[in-house]
Amino acid sequence: MDSAEKVIEAVGVRRRYGDGFEAVRGVSFEVARGELFALLGTNGAGKTSVMELLEGLARPSGGAVRVLGLDPHGERARVRPRTGVMLQEGGFAPDLTVAQTVRMWAGCVSGARPGHEVLEQLGLARRGGVRVGQLSGGERRRLDLALALLGRPEALFLDEPTTGLDTQGRYDTWELLRQLRAAGTTVLLTTHYLEEAEALADRLAVLHRGRVVACGTTAEVTGARPARIGFGLPTGWHLGDLPPLPELAVLAHEERGGRVLLHTDRLQFTLSVLLRWADERTVALDRLEARTASLEEAFLAIAGTADAGTADGAGR
Amino acid sequence: MTATRARNRLAALGRAEATLLLRNRTALATALLLPAGMVAAWRPALGGLAAGGSSAGVDADRLLVSSGIGFILLFAVYYNLVAAYVARRESLVLKRLRTGEPTDPEILAGTALPAAAVAVAQCLALVAAGTVLLHLPLPRRPVLLLAGVALGVVLMAALAAASTVVTRSVELAQLTTAPLLAVSALGSGLLLPLRSLPHPLGEVCRWLPLTPVLDLVRTGWLGGTPADPAEPLLALGAALAWTLLAVFAVHRWFRWEPRR
Repeated sequence: MDSAEKVIEAVGVRRRYGDGFEAVRGVSFEVARGELFALLGTNGAGKTSVMELLEGLARPSGGAVRVLGLDPHGERARVRPRTGVMLQEGGFAPDLTVAQTVRMWAGCVSGARPGHEVLEQLGLARRGGVRVGQLSGGERRRLDLALALLGRPEALFLDEPTTGLDTQGRYDTWELLRQLRAAGTTVLLTTHYLEEAEALADRLAVLHRGRVVACGTTAEVTGARPARIGFGLPTGWHLGDLPPLPELAVLAHEERGGRVLLHTDRLQFTLSVLLRWADERTVALDRLEARTASLEEAFLAIAGTADAGTADGAGR
Repeated sequence: MTATRARNRLAALGRAEATLLLRNRTALATALLLPAGMVAAWRPALGGLAAGGSSAGVDADRLLVSSGIGFILLFAVYYNLVAAYVARRESLVLKRLRTGEPTDPEILAGTALPAAAVAVAQCLALVAAGTVLLHLPLPRRPVLLLAGVALGVVLMAALAAASTVVTRSVELAQLTTAPLLAVSALGSGLLLPLRSLPHPLGEVCRWLPLTPVLDLVRTGWLGGTPADPAEPLLALGAALAWTLLAVFAVHRWFRWEPRR
């Protein structure tokens, strides 16, 4: 990471709006060439505010941003030919057709790819004659991505690229993003879908109330969290019939709606003891499941902790 | 290379905007029918207003020229562009464009191109109709006429962009454009000759944004010997000053996206 070229950099970035609200409060992260980096956060966490600074739409009120080693606001003319941007919300004239919209953008991009090629890539080839106002939300999102890809960007900024897409559309977009990354494109995306970050991102940062509260690979962010085992006990059996929980390396347990939930940081061990116990007594564990901590749990825990007032703590 | 790219971008933006103009009946009617309609409706009254004496005919001509070009600039350029800029801003088109390669002035100029073209075409049509049908003279000093129309288009486009600062929606454009439309119609010699206004008022009206533009247009078309030969220069300077002021206002206050 250290030797790799930094394509996107934010250093102690702050953004205060005209009404005095500070949406971004000292955010730092960097994205290396060819990396896919996700900014995660709830609504209002400051994701879009950070993105707009990196896209060069506004100047940070503190700190610094660099894209391809340049200032995306001050050196706009040098940065824009090498970046592609997809805003959180379209930005289309509803009365232009898809083809007309692509043609207008192609005229504004140096070295644009052929419009039909990009539309094909996004599955919109047959929609060229349709007015943008008549597209579905998912189609509009794909058109937006098509425009961002017109200029073969080195760095791609995608603000919630899959919001409004159905499951198939989302998977198609994920596949496309993987191809782009494989081809060496640097991607920064925001999402509030945790599974999206988990599925795609090389690294991610969790934003909460304008601050980075966790940053790293998915494994690093979730690694410190306990795993979970869930099951239902048959009638007549109770939690107290299990071996003593500390001996199972269980950190915490819950009983909810007839189901038992065990938290452990030694998943394999706990599970082995539990299964042996059940085998010996021919107890059927109903709908048994075991999983390592997901980003979702980490995220909820982090957000919860941050809410409790330790907002500055969790950064790496 | 850089210039070619800039030209390509302007062409692409202008072409898209022209498509939108052709699809928007209200805008099209405002640009094409309103100026002609205003002139046609006002013309019968012109003779009477340009009151009395041997100069009556000349005054009516002067009024017709001012009214025609004035209404074209006000409706085809100013009014239409306020609506167009606001529509593009509210649908986030302007913001999206700013994430790409076009510069800020290119975005505004590209959006204004079709309106400017429509206005220039109408001015040419007016000159043709005036000379053929109404036996007005061919433009005596075409360079001044051209300068007047060109400055007028740029000034109106800049004022339109500046007016979007107080225009939150396309519907509100009807309200926010009213002051300039009314003040220009009454005070810049579109509906009645300035010299018919009482002294202090007439003097103030000479410095309204559209007055120097129309002074240039009249001198360029109808010629005549101004009392002071420096008058066209003065008009040119005043029109330029208004344009610079409007451009400054745009630079300072223009909003590229809707209010949050």
